[in-house]
Amino acid sequence: MATDMTTMTKDTILRVEHLSMRFGGLMAIDDFSFEAKRGEITALIGPNGAGKTTVFNCITGFYKPTMGMLTLHRSNGREFLLERLRDFEINKVAGVARTFQNIRLFSGLTVLENLLVAQHNVLMKASGYTILGLLGLPTYKNAAKAAIEKAEYWLDKADLTDRADDPAGDLSYGAQRRLEIARAMCTGPELLCLDEPAAGLNPKESLTLNALLRGIRDEGTSLLLIEHDMSVVMEISDHVVVLEYGQKISDGTPDHVKNDPRVIAAYLGVEDDEVEEIEEKLDKGIIEEGSV
Amino acid sequence: MATVSETVPNNVMAKAIKEGIFAGVIAFLMFSLFVGIETYQDINNQLVWRTRWGLLAVFVAVAAVGRFMTVAFIKPHLDRRKLAKAKAGILEISEEKSFFHRHFLKFALVFLLIYPFLSLLIVGKQGSLKYVDNFGIQILIYVMLAWGLNIVVGLAGLLDLGYVAFYAVGAYSYALLSSYFGFSFWLLLPMSGILAALWGVILGFPVLRLRGDYLAIVTLAFGEIIRLVLINWTDVTKGTFGISGIAKASFFGIWSFDTGSPNNFVKAWGLSASSVYYKIFLFYIILALCMLTAYVTIRLRRMPIGRAWEALREDEIACRSLGINTVTTKLTAFATGAMFGGFAGSFFATRQGFVSPESFVFLESAVILAIVVLGGMGSLTGIAIAAVIMVGGTEILREMSFLKIIFGPDFTPELYRMLLFGLAMIIVMLFKPRGFVGSREPTAFLKERKAISGSFTKEGHG
Amino acid sequence: MEYFIQQLINGLTLGSIYGLVAIGYTMVYGIIGMINFAHGDIFMLGGFAALIVFLLATSFFAGIPVALLLLLMLLVGMLMTGLWNWTIERIAYRPLRGSFRLAPLITAIGMSIFLSNFIQVTQGPRNKPIPPLVTDTYHFGAITVSLKQILIVVITSILLFAFWYIVNKTPLGRAQRATEQDRKMAALLGVDVDKTISITFIMGAALAAVAGAMYLMYYGVASFNDGFIPGVKAFTAAVLGGIGSLPGAVLGGLLIGLIESLWSAYFSIAYKDVATFAILAFVLIFKPTGILGRPEVEKV
Repeated sequence: MATDMTTMTKDTILRVEHLSMRFGGLMAIDDFSFEAKRGEITALIGPNGAGKTTVFNCITGFYKPTMGMLTLHRSNGREFLLERLRDFEINKVAGVARTFQNIRLFSGLTVLENLLVAQHNVLMKASGYTILGLLGLPTYKNAAKAAIEKAEYWLDKADLTDRADDPAGDLSYGAQRRLEIARAMCTGPELLCLDEPAAGLNPKESLTLNALLRGIRDEGTSLLLIEHDMSVVMEISDHVVVLEYGQKISDGTPDHVKNDPRVIAAYLGVEDDEVEEIEEKLDKGIIEEGSV
Repeated sequence: MATVSETVPNNVMAKAIKEGIFAGVIAFLMFSLFVGIETYQDINNQLVWRTRWGLLAVFVAVAAVGRFMTVAFIKPHLDRRKLAKAKAGILEISEEKSFFHRHFLKFALVFLLIYPFLSLLIVGKQGSLKYVDNFGIQILIYVMLAWGLNIVVGLAGLLDLGYVAFYAVGAYSYALLSSYFGFSFWLLLPMSGILAALWGVILGFPVLRLRGDYLAIVTLAFGEIIRLVLINWTDVTKGTFGISGIAKASFFGIWSFDTGSPNNFVKAWGLSASSVYYKIFLFYIILALCMLTAYVTIRLRRMPIGRAWEALREDEIACRSLGINTVTTKLTAFATGAMFGGFAGSFFATRQGFVSPESFVFLESAVILAIVVLGGMGSLTGIAIAAVIMVGGTEILREMSFLKIIFGPDFTPELYRMLLFGLAMIIVMLFKPRGFVGSREPTAFLKERKAISGSFTKEGHG
Repeated sequence: MEYFIQQLINGLTLGSIYGLVAIGYTMVYGIIGMINFAHGDIFMLGGFAALIVFLLATSFFAGIPVALLLLLMLLVGMLMTGLWNWTIERIAYRPLRGSFRLAPLITAIGMSIFLSNFIQVTQGPRNKPIPPLVTDTYHFGAITVSLKQILIVVITSILLFAFWYIVNKTPLGRAQRATEQDRKMAALLGVDVDKTISITFIMGAALAAVAGAMYLMYYGVASFNDGFIPGVKAFTAAVLGGIGSLPGAVLGGLLIGLIESLWSAYFSIAYKDVATFAILAFVLIFKPTGILGRPEVEKV
């Protein structure tokens, strides 16, 4: 472990090495390695069932990988092995936040409350683990104020200020996606993992999302995203990793990946039986013809 | 009949008659054995039977006529009203609130503060015993228990079917520690709460990994285990006989309410001897405890821990992804709820002067949970209203001795208390599945505080 | 050793009764995901129906053969509780289907309180003893097996077989399994979901009635609050075996029966229920899906 560290360049935020995940007899991820650089948007793409979400769930602590090492480098120089952290520590200690493919908001809480819940750990400390806060000490009051300001900042970024006092469940689909991202950002992460952020969005919403994601990157948070929508991937990613049947088949800049014959084969297929599958995907608009 | 068919279409009428007859037949079959036949022991202690055709006929008639009326009149009427409302475009929740409605809580608090004196004034000392004790204190105990359980079920969304265990821990803590060591109520009150919270943590720790119905059944099991231990550990708890002669609470150590004591409250103030003063004192203690529970709940909801509870109820997985330690969050909810149960328990012990395992059966847990759900999970006002209606309503039944005139001298209204309680639970749930107050007050707002409709809030999965 | 076998037999008898009741819990839970808290009281109702039939039959037809009498008690009890459970589902549970999760649970608890108090009010709060129905016993060395124990185990086995056949081999069973898997899809494929759920409630109640009648025969006494403890134990059995699993319910029932009788025999009779509940808690904590339950996958 220590030998690897020395060779690591400084601007790597997440390093995944020899990750394998087995479900019963199925090898969902097989010896998968990649790196995500700090301050970049890294996209993880691949056909349906390639194992992208599984990789994601390993990184964010929802699965314990069968094998492999997931190292997160924080900007303060501390390193964490994600597979050894407990589920909530991935966010609390390692600074990795995530969103979900099927949005998971606190639908009965207001938009603002959703953003305040995300600042739980900061507020907990400020409230002296509730006890001091219960006594009404100013430390907590100030922290609570700061939390609302932070929430307002992200409300503005996500274009949700008008809906701040409405229940999250009442928002439109696109707004819910943005809220989920804003909520993840309120935890102050260094790495934000997005599971298909553009799924189900219309073109206009998709554009707003791209702007939001770029804004997040420009403020210094690194992004890792899974995406089906190639237009989003090609437009905003700095780095693309392609996964097929649990194995990495390509890794590089969007242009490099776009022209990689193995990627084209994976998406367009080379054998007859796979061609049909690809055509189906094309019909559904999951892959844009021009992008591959 | 002719006049009726003018307003009710014939097909509806035919349907109503058909359904009425059907309901009658079903009722006849259902009640034939249990109502139509009465079993009783004769003087030789032999089980014999006799028929009750009259009563059976009443049951069948009620079912048939009830069904007929529902189909023929009530349902069309409700449909018409709904249609009219939809046409007029009036929303179900109207924004306009009356003066009384807006200041309801203030009125309620003032009323509670003067309630004992009001009852003294109106019905005198002897009459007040009943109103202060049976109604006032009794209802407030349930309000407090339900508010305590609300933290666990209503806020954190953890289904606890054994809440009464913590009530029992509080009650026995007080009973045992005061009888064996002679500690005072004011020392033991916080101690019982802490002990109950400790038990909450001990029991909570292994089970909080469980979700939903599994959690429910394990908490039920723990509740039963504690009760069974209380029954069987006779050396300490005296088993089913219970512990009697539990010390009364003193007036903060200044005056005593024991009749033999030199610094007796009644003597010190030169009042005529009556137990009503003690009851009034107890009334204010439980009122203060309730207020404490409400205050803490309201404050906690606006603190990160309270928000985390509610977030946990909404989506546990999302909570984890936001760095919230769900295990400690659940444990604090469990322990906080348990603590208030413990407070209520020690109060119960001092009020009764007697505790036995009888008081801590599953039914009590069910009643408390029912009050929380009927009131509307998470809503303190709704829960208090539910407690008044459910507990007060069944207490009123005890007072209805005039019913003996109608149903004959053998009629004992108390017998019907739990029957009606069960029935009320079913009926309220059918008409208001989200309880009396289904909406949720947000804990923070940017521009305006809007109540959140119950349709958005979730009820938790574990 | 003889003592042990004796206790085994006693436990098996008791376990059969729990198993029958547990099936009702597990089926309802499987098909609509609801803890039917009133099921224990349906069991009690079944016992009372059998009791009243016994009284009526013995006073109208003195000297009625015991086998016929028993059959009558079981049949009337099954019909009666089936009708009750059908009505209860129709009136109290169906309107709440698909609503807020706690509403049906509270309704079921309310129904349980209602049913036990209904019997208390209409039949009186006292225990109702009946003269022993079947008294024959057989001795194998030091082991005593009573005919009623044999009857209970045999009737349970027959019912379980019939039940297994219905669920696995008939269109009705297929509809039930389909509804359990995916209610909406089943409805789209032409399964009458309402009817299937109703029938499930009737079947569960019928089994509970048999259990109730046999409980009455075994102990010779019925009481309005007989529903709670056996109900909770049967539910424990269902959870222990893996809720939603039919063989699990039976297995759980037998285990609970065995644990109870062995614990009473070797440790302390006072703490037998504590042992049952403690084992339940223990199993759930370490194997939350029960012995034969399907693991619940947490979807992210």
